[in-house]
Amino acid sequence: MPSDTSLSRRGLFTKLAALFNGLVAAAIAVPIGGFLLSSITRGRGNGYLKWVSLGPAAQFPEGETRLATFRNPLVMPADGKTVDTACWVRRVEGNQFQVFAVNCAHLGCPVRWFPQSGLFMCPCHGGVYYRDGSRASGPPERGLFEYQYKVENGLIAIQAGEMPTPGAPSASLIREAPPCA
Amino acid sequence: MRLISRIGQWFDQRLQLAAPVREAAEHRVPRNTASWWYVFGSAALTVFCLQLVTGILLALTYVPSAAEAWSSLQALNHDITLGWFIRALHGWGSNFMVAIVLIHMVQVFLFGAYKFPRELTWIIGVFLLLMTLGMAFTGQVMRFDQDAYWGLGIGASMASRVPFAGPAIVRLMLGGPIIAGATLSRFFALHVFVIPGLLIGFVCLHVLMVFKLGINEWPMPGRIVKRSTYLNEYHEQTKTDGAPFVPYAIWKDMFFAAFILLAVAACALWFGPFGPSGRPDPTVIQTVPKPDYFFLWLYALLSLLPASMETPVLLIGPVLAILGLLLLPFLSGEGEKSWKRRPIAVLTVMLIAVTLGTFTHLAEYTPWSPEMNAWSGDPVPATFLRRTTALERQGAIVFQVKQCRNCHALGGSGGQRGPALDRVAVRLTQDQLIRQVIQGGGNMPAYGKNLSPPETTALVAFLETLHPAGQAPARDAARAFALGQ
Repeated sequence: MPSDTSLSRRGLFTKLAALFNGLVAAAIAVPIGGFLLSSITRGRGNGYLKWVSLGPAAQFPEGETRLATFRNPLVMPADGKTVDTACWVRRVEGNQFQVFAVNCAHLGCPVRWFPQSGLFMCPCHGGVYYRDGSRASGPPERGLFEYQYKVENGLIAIQAGEMPTPGAPSASLIREAPPCA
Repeated sequence: MRLISRIGQWFDQRLQLAAPVREAAEHRVPRNTASWWYVFGSAALTVFCLQLVTGILLALTYVPSAAEAWSSLQALNHDITLGWFIRALHGWGSNFMVAIVLIHMVQVFLFGAYKFPRELTWIIGVFLLLMTLGMAFTGQVMRFDQDAYWGLGIGASMASRVPFAGPAIVRLMLGGPIIAGATLSRFFALHVFVIPGLLIGFVCLHVLMVFKLGINEWPMPGRIVKRSTYLNEYHEQTKTDGAPFVPYAIWKDMFFAAFILLAVAACALWFGPFGPSGRPDPTVIQTVPKPDYFFLWLYALLSLLPASMETPVLLIGPVLAILGLLLLPFLSGEGEKSWKRRPIAVLTVMLIAVTLGTFTHLAEYTPWSPEMNAWSGDPVPATFLRRTTALERQGAIVFQVKQCRNCHALGGSGGQRGPALDRVAVRLTQDQLIRQVIQGGGNMPAYGKNLSPPETTALVAFLETLHPAGQAPARDAARAFALGQ
């Protein structure tokens, strides 16, 4: 019988087997981790954002705010209607626009536009915004999220692809705050 | 009979389960625990079993795809024989399970059951509560309708506020950049595999410990728990004043379990299944999302907290609450068990119950939200227009058209975001009314850019008529002097 301090043949094999198992587990854990975190890594460096057309700019009358819809650039087979997204398009004048996310800057509920009073109102926790997207009242700490837009050949396009959230408004290259309150 | 007993022996020779099962069933419990107060744990387990069975039945039809889930729920509700009833059982079972788990928790807290040596039983119970709430939330997502869709958006918005990791957590939670197919799929995996698997494991541990350590004895005022003596005292009690669990105590558990199942079935039959509400189409924004009953208090809290407090409360509050629950048995592992000698414990339970109840009640009628359709739905009551001038009536029209009604009630109908205006002229002078309308303030947006001067004049003229018949409107006493009249 070997003493307690010395290593028996079987003891060595058990330890080697444990080590071998650990190595294999670590090797398998790498692709598993990569798979689990793929939705984070895929979007790195704003990889989710693309220019999406909202159609002819002429459909948006000057001085008015209209609801527009677009299809999210990233579509998976089982997405159904969830990839259709709405946004509020305000044509200030000429080719100067403001395109707002429908998601309230408080907790993301869909805000509704009331042209008569010139306000966006949120049905959830009572956030209200002025026509330029700046905060009017309620719990939001900031104005509505705005998409970057461009007008080319009479078509208006926005840079979209990720749902804006209060903690990640810039993840979508969305401006921090409307230009004027 | 001999054949049956021989078959039984054949199995038991191989399984060797009869002896430990008999030992568990007949283990001695203190006689005073055969009480109707001790039935909630087994009732929670019973409802959990109901949830497992009905959940598997629903999975026979449910399609966990963002494109199909809503339609498959419609098929369950309308096309498949008794599909509505299974959905209703599962939905009501979920409500009952959360309620019973909470009642069970309050009972063991007030009976001091978390004290030595049952600390770990309590801690596992805390995890079971969190998992039950996790099942309730992920279950609401399975009912993939407008509420589920926007509820996910609210969850993502909260998660996004975590410092540094927020955006990554949102993408991990949604399975991509937006709420879509991947989101439903991963919540399905959580609701059907991950959390139930953990729940089953933790429930087994929880019940095993109840058997191993013995059920908490009925707390007697003045009988102090000490680590050095408790085990002997408990053992002595089960010997001198104990009885076998089966059949001495179990019949009450069985009756109550059957009663709860009957209550779930009755609710399912009477009230039917929950939703689904509108199709989860993000382009349909005419929706007022609301969480399920057990998260209504959170909905209210998020509306009423000052903006600056919200993120800290959201992120730190749950951590503190869970830590407090986990540390409870270590902070008061010994001492008095009876609620009659623990006034702070009783007050804490009452305070939490009243707080949650008040928030839940508020969230049922959401006084903080604009009433989106009040301006087009609720007419100005005729009593407010009697004996008014043309200008004042024009003001009433402005009041209605400019959606003032969405936040201000008149004659008991309209939004409750702002104060009711039935007697506003008593509170505010003409100048104050003009200032409030144009500049806003408090929680009111400024209407200066959205009202022409004639509209403002008419609106304020109307508002000035809003005072009780016998009460004069507020006047600025210095006004006549200032205007040199």
